[in-house]
Amino acid sequence: MIKFKLNGRDVSVDVPDDTPLLWALRDELDQTGTKFGCGVGQCGACTVHVGGRATRSCITPVSSIAGADVTTIEGLHPEGKHPVQEAWRDIQVPQCGYCQSGQIMQAASLLKDYPDPTDEQIDGVMGGSLCRCMTYIRIRKAIKKAAAAMREETASHG
Amino acid sequence: MIKRLLAGVVGAGILGGFGFLYYAWYPPIATIEPPAAKSFSAEQIERGRIVAAEGYCAECHTRTDMGGGPELAGDYRMETPFGAIYSSNITPDPEMGIGQWSEEALRRAMRLGVSRQGVHLIPAFPYDHFTKMTDQDISDLYAYLMTRPPVHMARRPNELPFPLSLRIGQAAWKLMFFTPGVYKPDPSHDALWNRGAYLAEGNAHCGACHTPRNFMGAEKKGSMYDGAVVDGWIAPPLNDKNPTPTAWTEDELYQYLRFGVAPLHGPAGGPMSPIPHRFLSTVPEYDVHAIAHYYADVAHSAERSKHDKAALAHAMEQSKIDLIGPNVDPDAKLYQGACAACHYNSAPSPVLGRPDLALNNALWLDEPTNLFQVMLRGLTAEEGQSGIAMPSFYNALSDADMARIAAYLRRTRTTLPPWKDLEKKAAEARETVKSIPVNSSH
Repeated sequence: MIKFKLNGRDVSVDVPDDTPLLWALRDELDQTGTKFGCGVGQCGACTVHVGGRATRSCITPVSSIAGADVTTIEGLHPEGKHPVQEAWRDIQVPQCGYCQSGQIMQAASLLKDYPDPTDEQIDGVMGGSLCRCMTYIRIRKAIKKAAAAMREETASHG
Repeated sequence: MIKRLLAGVVGAGILGGFGFLYYAWYPPIATIEPPAAKSFSAEQIERGRIVAAEGYCAECHTRTDMGGGPELAGDYRMETPFGAIYSSNITPDPEMGIGQWSEEALRRAMRLGVSRQGVHLIPAFPYDHFTKMTDQDISDLYAYLMTRPPVHMARRPNELPFPLSLRIGQAAWKLMFFTPGVYKPDPSHDALWNRGAYLAEGNAHCGACHTPRNFMGAEKKGSMYDGAVVDGWIAPPLNDKNPTPTAWTEDELYQYLRFGVAPLHGPAGGPMSPIPHRFLSTVPEYDVHAIAHYYADVAHSAERSKHDKAALAHAMEQSKIDLIGPNVDPDAKLYQGACAACHYNSAPSPVLGRPDLALNNALWLDEPTNLFQVMLRGLTAEEGQSGIAMPSFYNALSDADMARIAAYLRRTRTTLPPWKDLEKKAAEARETVKSIPVNSSH
């Protein structure tokens, strides 16, 4: 039994040690918001947070995150209203939508490291998150909008 | 004349032989009834716990293969160039462990590398370091070990070939390479430095991994802390030969040793990872500061850190190299897809949790060993920086891809000559990864 915390609650899965975290999430724990893209950590569709940091779940053995805190797109905000999610809707970022949970998780993590990201910082961090519909311009715009909203939020809460 | 000379040589030989036997012979020390736990004070047992943690006893005295074993019950398989050996059970079990050992017997083992029975111990047990420990520390350690749960478990026999299996040979090894004696404080340094040196050279036995060994398996005195290969990883140099562009300052060392991650140099991986997480996070802060203080001096960090500002600024510029628009270098593209999301950084300094590769030992060592190991294995949530993980690229990157990323990073992040035969070395590193790493907490 491999135990960890998923979106704030304790879960355990009975799978071989080298099972990718993505499979444990989708097949064992029915959290299907996280997508399988390339399976080799090269596209970013499977991105979740481990200990608050964006992590490619398709190549992370579930045993290696035993005891850790995992957040998926389902747990990013209880009502789906994380500033990145709000901006995503406002700007109508997705086209086919397949990569978006990975993009949003990566973007949410980016904004923790760089609350006012430059284009270079966005490219540097988001460069591993591919979008086959080429919505990159809107992704960048949404990240900046979310960043501004988060800064405003912080300012109004002192 | 020749006869007389010959007789002289033979005579000297015989005398020398007897002399050696006299040197090599140690009597057994009488067995005792295992001491009652209440014969030790709680304070002494707690001090002993700290001594045991600072010497990492449990790391080599607990079985890790075959599904693991009880703590301190021995049978840890250690690969040596001479054959595999298995560590002793140091729980107080009277038959299998050290339950019948007196404190005097433990002191002799620590100081001289001789068991209670009078048998020479193999120096994989680093008595060449433990010999420096004070009576008080050994006495406290005894109290701690004797109050652990006894485990009735035998170890597997060593796999050393004849004649290395003869323990008398260990006496000859001692004659050549071993200098017994308790640590003598250096009056030219302060108390913190001396505490650090006492721990580092003695109980913490850092040189056992970070100093290269000669063909007889003894640490090379003239190459102290030059770095060495251990279990398929490179234990990097701890002296001024350490190649990272920013200095290992006292604070960097403290963070690394206490929490398993240094803000500039990144996380502890491989065989180093348990040192902070399992051991040095559980001992008094002062002791970890002392070790950090000592190695900052050994590495001449005060002098080297003068260049840190420039080195850091330069490293932060490097991340931009990967972002070169539509005419993308295919190697840069590979790096961006696999690595940059987590390793990109920008001025003024790296974000904690984004280990900056331009500042990391792995890119600056003579071989790509550690880079390949960490790419293949990743880091579990309890290794390196606690609670976060690096994925394992074992199934994600081919040897050729790993070689390209390594060559690209070496080319763009360091000023050193390229590594050679990268694809072959990637394949060799892959061979050493028998199973992906597993967190012990599940």
